[in-house]
Amino acid sequence: MARENEILVRVENLKKYFPITRGIIFQKHIGDIKAVDGVSFFIRRNETLGLVGESGCGKTTTGRTILQLYRPTAGKVYFEGKDLTTMKGKELRRMRRKMQMIFQDPYASLNPRMTVGNIVGEPLEVHGIAKGKEKRERVMELLHLVGLNPYFINRYPHEFSGGQRQRIGVARALALNPSFIVCDEPVSSVDVSIQAQIVNLLEDLQAKFGMAYLFIAHDLAMVRHISDRVAVMYLGKIVELTDRDELYHHPLHPYTKALLSAVPIPDPSVEEKRERIILVGDVPSPANPPKGCNFHTRCPIAIDICREVEPEFREVGSGHWVACHRV
Amino acid sequence: MALLEVRNLTTRFYTPDGVVHAVNGISYTLDRGETLGIVGESGCGKSVSVLSILRLIPQPPGKIVDGEVIFDGHDLLRMSEEEIRQVRGNRIAMVFQDPMTSLNPVLTIGRQISEALELHMGMTKAQARQRTIELLKMVGIPQAEDRIDDYPHQFSGGMRQRVMIAMALSCNPEILIADEPTTNLDVTIQAQIIDIVKRLRDELGMAVIWITHDLGIVAGLVDRVMVMYAGYLVEKANVKDLYGDPRHPYTIGLLGSVPRLDEKRKRRLFSMKGLPPDLIDLNPNQCPFAPRCDYAIDRCWEENPKLRLVAPNHEVACWVDVRK
Repeated sequence: MARENEILVRVENLKKYFPITRGIIFQKHIGDIKAVDGVSFFIRRNETLGLVGESGCGKTTTGRTILQLYRPTAGKVYFEGKDLTTMKGKELRRMRRKMQMIFQDPYASLNPRMTVGNIVGEPLEVHGIAKGKEKRERVMELLHLVGLNPYFINRYPHEFSGGQRQRIGVARALALNPSFIVCDEPVSSVDVSIQAQIVNLLEDLQAKFGMAYLFIAHDLAMVRHISDRVAVMYLGKIVELTDRDELYHHPLHPYTKALLSAVPIPDPSVEEKRERIILVGDVPSPANPPKGCNFHTRCPIAIDICREVEPEFREVGSGHWVACHRV
Repeated sequence: MALLEVRNLTTRFYTPDGVVHAVNGISYTLDRGETLGIVGESGCGKSVSVLSILRLIPQPPGKIVDGEVIFDGHDLLRMSEEEIRQVRGNRIAMVFQDPMTSLNPVLTIGRQISEALELHMGMTKAQARQRTIELLKMVGIPQAEDRIDDYPHQFSGGMRQRVMIAMALSCNPEILIADEPTTNLDVTIQAQIIDIVKRLRDELGMAVIWITHDLGIVAGLVDRVMVMYAGYLVEKANVKDLYGDPRHPYTIGLLGSVPRLDEKRKRRLFSMKGLPPDLIDLNPNQCPFAPRCDYAIDRCWEENPKLRLVAPNHEVACWVDVRK
């Protein structure tokens, strides 16, 4: 269906820099942490785009900047064709009904002094969608939808387990029937068996309500499981973006290959045959990224041009994008 | 004879909310040069069980109420404080999960590593320093001669963990216990650390106990696996048998819940219903997994199954034969 393939979110050359200052009284701007340094991609309706990378790569910042929780330093974010980066106030708030977020830490993302009912119902109140009895009914419906007993509506977050709190976060994100949800490491803080419950819930809700997800995580196996397409980030930039099977079977970027080889597979007969690409050294600081290709300091196949010239993020196959001089 | 034999280890914590049954009568052996994996989710007792072996449990509120830990013919649980200090860090070494809280922030890493060498190996300051530089090189710390005088905060997480490993290996221990050493590290750094441990393990002929909740790590690293749930050992097997022929419903559930990087077709993750049980006042007369088990029969609610042999080298604590 034409509408199905419609692009919902388009990100163009998005940048988010955090200034580094020195001095207490007179703050001198001495540099920037280039958390997100020019990323571009799109997400279609009902699609799940996975955004994967290790700590400090900028994936969480990307998610937040798309939703304008941080205002971008540069670049554009189009949602349903409208530019979010120039919106503010009432106009932006109205857009927020359609785009929501699920946070990583189920202990920090719920206000401990609010009941579950108030947490999940707050979006309805703030946007003037429902109040009183109608709000209560909608909240109970949402709790039921995420697999929680609706009669827990008057309980406080501390009375729930981590997995249950994460479900409360999901219910809150669903309250306004958004068409796009940024899931920022939604299962990293819970146990393996609970991860499966939450991921299945997210998939079921997507099938039921037709939402698009930006699924941010460092667990490549989980990202590959839930996503249609996957973007790999390194030090503020996307190094490769393609569909989930293509990424696994034909990775092109050396970082993607190293990442894939580093992920353990729960099967001893597979593990004993695997060849690991072990990267040398640590990830450089985003305050001082390497010149040229930001991966060249750890790249096993870097050549002279990699140290001087930043590679272009270009389409090399149908829907397969890579930033590498060697490809 | 086994290098380490744990018999009926039972540890409890006496808290104002009740008695936490953290470890409930676990028994196993570790042979020379063997790598054993202990797998389970948070709260299953895996960390407490190894801390109990080295008597690192704060008592109170903890108490090792029963059991024996036989190492080289002596029971570690009944030794004097002086005697066990000779074992810790020397013959049995441990690497903890969070290197920032296990390294002393006000001492240089050189000082922290040398300490064990001077104490246990009787080295002089100069000898210890030399050996420390060797150890840092062994674990892949670049510019070891300079970095030896740096403080923990000057290292990244992966580097700190290497320092912990260097410290643990400094006295050539017979057993290395690694408690979730890579959980907080990025996956490429994790691969580096595991690579180092494997290499050194093979070079030094050490036995290793590796604790983790990550079923992927275990598959590529260990010889045998033990699965823990609610303080009990529920399955013990060779690594290939555990993954190829899991017999405990919890193991089966756990393996089904984990996404595999190499999965061919998109499948739905298996999701176990419910939550792990409250360890406070746990009922010892029923199987702790019964409330979540798809295979449970009446007997599971009346009697807690003990580990029994179901195949060569394969033990399971379950009343049901899941193959039927």
